[in-house]
Amino acid sequence: MNKKKEKQKNTFEKIYEVIKTMASKPSGLIGLTILIFHVILAITSPLYVPYDYKAIDPTLMLTPPSSEFWFGTDSLGRDVFTRTILGGRTALTVTFFGSLIALLWGGSLGIFCGLVGGKIDDVVMRVIDAFLSIPWILAMLLIVSLLGTTTLVLIPALGFFYGKGIVRVARAATHDVIAKDFIVSARARGHSNMSIIWNEILPNVRDAIMVEGAMRWSWMLLGFSSLSFLGFGVSPPTPDWGLMISNARGLMSFAYWAVLAPIFGLSSLIIGINLTADAFAKALGIDRSTKAPV
Amino acid sequence: MKTTVQKINNLTIGFQSQKGEQISILKNISTSINQGETVGIVGESGSGKSTLALAMMGYVKHGLFTISGECMFHSNNLLEMKNKELENIRGRKIAMIPQNAGQSLTPNLKIGYQIDEALRLHTDLKQTERDEKISELLNKVRLPSPETMAQRYPHELSGGQQQRVAVAMALAGSPELLLLDEPTTGLDVTTQAHVLELLNFIAKDTGTSMVYVSHDLGAIAQVSDRVIVMYSGEIVLDGPVRSILKNPIHPYTFGLLKSIPKLSLPGLPNSMSGSQPQPGSIKKGCSFFERCEFADDNCKLNSPSLEFIEELNTSVRCFKHNELLNLNKIDSQNIKSIENKILKNEILDLSDVSISYAKQKFLDQLLNKINDTNPTVKDINININKGETLALVGESGSGKSTILKSIAGLLKTKDGNIKFGKDKTLSNDLRQRDPSFLRAIQLIFQNPDESLNPNHTVEEIVSQPLRLYFGLKGQELKDKIIEVLDKVRLGEFYLTRYPRQLSGGEKQRVAVARAFAAKPDIILCDEVTSALDVSVQAAVLNLLQELKEDFGTTYIFVSHDLAVVRAISDRVAVLYQGRLCEIGPSNNVYKFPSHPYTEVLLGAVLEPDPDIKPKLVAEDIVEEKPPENGCSFQGRCPRILGDICKNEVPPWQTGENGNSIRCHIKIEDLKNQQISN
Repeated sequence: MNKKKEKQKNTFEKIYEVIKTMASKPSGLIGLTILIFHVILAITSPLYVPYDYKAIDPTLMLTPPSSEFWFGTDSLGRDVFTRTILGGRTALTVTFFGSLIALLWGGSLGIFCGLVGGKIDDVVMRVIDAFLSIPWILAMLLIVSLLGTTTLVLIPALGFFYGKGIVRVARAATHDVIAKDFIVSARARGHSNMSIIWNEILPNVRDAIMVEGAMRWSWMLLGFSSLSFLGFGVSPPTPDWGLMISNARGLMSFAYWAVLAPIFGLSSLIIGINLTADAFAKALGIDRSTKAPV
Repeated sequence: MKTTVQKINNLTIGFQSQKGEQISILKNISTSINQGETVGIVGESGSGKSTLALAMMGYVKHGLFTISGECMFHSNNLLEMKNKELENIRGRKIAMIPQNAGQSLTPNLKIGYQIDEALRLHTDLKQTERDEKISELLNKVRLPSPETMAQRYPHELSGGQQQRVAVAMALAGSPELLLLDEPTTGLDVTTQAHVLELLNFIAKDTGTSMVYVSHDLGAIAQVSDRVIVMYSGEIVLDGPVRSILKNPIHPYTFGLLKSIPKLSLPGLPNSMSGSQPQPGSIKKGCSFFERCEFADDNCKLNSPSLEFIEELNTSVRCFKHNELLNLNKIDSQNIKSIENKILKNEILDLSDVSISYAKQKFLDQLLNKINDTNPTVKDINININKGETLALVGESGSGKSTILKSIAGLLKTKDGNIKFGKDKTLSNDLRQRDPSFLRAIQLIFQNPDESLNPNHTVEEIVSQPLRLYFGLKGQELKDKIIEVLDKVRLGEFYLTRYPRQLSGGEKQRVAVARAFAAKPDIILCDEVTSALDVSVQAAVLNLLQELKEDFGTTYIFVSHDLAVVRAISDRVAVLYQGRLCEIGPSNNVYKFPSHPYTEVLLGAVLEPDPDIKPKLVAEDIVEEKPPENGCSFQGRCPRILGDICKNEVPPWQTGENGNSIRCHIKIEDLKNQQISN
């Protein structure tokens, strides 16, 4: 064997390697491109929007797409193009941080339950099951109507409801490694539970949890837009896809453009995240088709 | 002249690498199998022996393809036949017995149904005839009461019985050629000896040709007429079993035989350096060149071809076979005998230890009480002196690993005390143990793939105990890691490697390094060599012995391999069903196995010598639970006295050589009985 070979890769090289693998397949490349495009758009769009998103002009009500108004105008005469490229900003921010919270609490509780096992595990998992049986949208509506629709309420609330599934995935992934001898060995050496979680378990379950988190992100995006659609998400006149679809859906038969643009924005982002998450999972060597999401 | 069943001509099988090169797994294999002959194929993992066996069935694994050559079964080339045609040959003409019968039997179908299925596929018998045939087959593989056996599910059978069912299924189509891929590897020593004896009988009885693939030279020696030794995808030696095992004329076989610990020769075997080359890495010269002690420049530049030597009836692939032929027999090998400085200084004391796996009732759980009249492990009394190597031996289910876990604190004991040093009692609960005791007792596991975190580098793995127990940091930590790695013969460049980038032996060295990094007083070794190849096993055993001499560590060595135990231990404790049967200095135990169970166990060990046959004294029944009363070995004892063995726990008695046994029969009487047999 060739001894002095293979320089070990550092973290950045590893991330680069993963992204390269993801982009090597058409689906991964498309997903990544869409996602990056949306993120860049969300960050930079305020710099170059052609019109003011809240400028109402009754004379321009429901103008069809033209060179002046690329995507037409809505029922209040606002430019749909402006509102569409701005409409993803809140959704992306809220769901991104929401997913992070879901990952953090879901992941740590799942790993903890997997490690400790026994009675504590039983009780926690039954509580999670009970929560899973409550329709999330009902519970969300309750929370939002009690505490209001500010971002500071939405992010933790969404994070909580989408973290329940991650608990199960993290727990299952922990169960896979917990029986291995290296955990037994660490226990026999007398490491604390914290140190076992951090050093021995986390590196082995991190990939599975991260992929699950990426999937939850796209689901949460759909959930957040549904809330907006129902009028419990972002409050007008902030541009938001869910809200835009809700406002324009009654006029769909003669002003299709006002609905189509936000629908396109939302679905392309969700498809982008889904494709990226799948490619991410494959690049890390996790086959999502064999591990059903809970 | 015997008819040839299968003939393989110049077979090369390989795969295409990512760079587009063709890399061969099998290189120019030519051999033939005669009718009624049993051929053993040996080699270490990665030598291509399984690929060859599968090719004999006309099967090439996914990703591999035939580069050249043919595999003729009578007059058909199996490798060119269509799947439809192969279906008529597989099962009917050529049958295969897989390694793990437990996994190859469908768990939710009854045994009888599964054999019936094989019969329906491979014969044209009617329903009533098939029923008769099932009983006949089960009888043939010596399963008791075939009718009830046919109604059972695979999980209701023991490992040995499952393997017998697999044999029965393979025999269903009365094949001309039987391929066996490591058929006894997962079985206990006594069961293994029985299954091999059965296979021998079937080969003689039915006249079927057999190909027996194994890494175990002991098993090969017992069953085969002819042996093929494979190395790195090539046949390096092919000839009659006696000439190959008694007078190996290829340096690889020579080294391999020297590295196997034997019952007849105490002391550590010599190890063979290096490891098998990766497929495709050898461009020219002999593939064994790097590890060969006889090699010269010629071997480096030219590849030897398989040469037939008339007088030995053997083919060999080596330029130097004449030198080896003239070399002394392997018996004269110099074996390192071990001399441990054992201080009369007790380091660990197990008194009346019982361990139970029984599930506790809720009330008992609350009261922290364990109620079990028949625990898995019972009445273990062992003293271990400083610097000693104590081996725990026994078949699976004998509780040897359970005892180790209790010493390490991973399992709670039911009764009894474990004392460390003279007076310090080790707590039952790991969390309440003093960190200095935790440091003093370290574990090494069987399978390094499982015991090393796959996402840690070697540096991180070895740093764990150093940081935990000594709080080392930065450069000091790194220096210490390098020092420890150096002790196990691994250089500094291993620091950044991940376990998957290491070979089996290297991984186990890392595991040893991690244990020694804690500067322990006692190391618990749980089957540390059984996942390794023979040549690597010898190296690891030697390493453990050297480290012990340097540090004066005490080992508790658990193994099912009695020859390995013989090589490394000072004292042996024989366990059956969680009860001690015999304990004493290993020299005495191996010379005069007094307890009937020890006798049975040692009798079943397979030596790599076709002239030493295993003695099958007791039945290989598997008992699921230790008996409630009396002697633990009463169910299988060939020397059972009667009611006294069933009702009374036998007393301890000590023989003149210092080994103690637990038996109702007097030690002298046992010895006389053994001599008279």
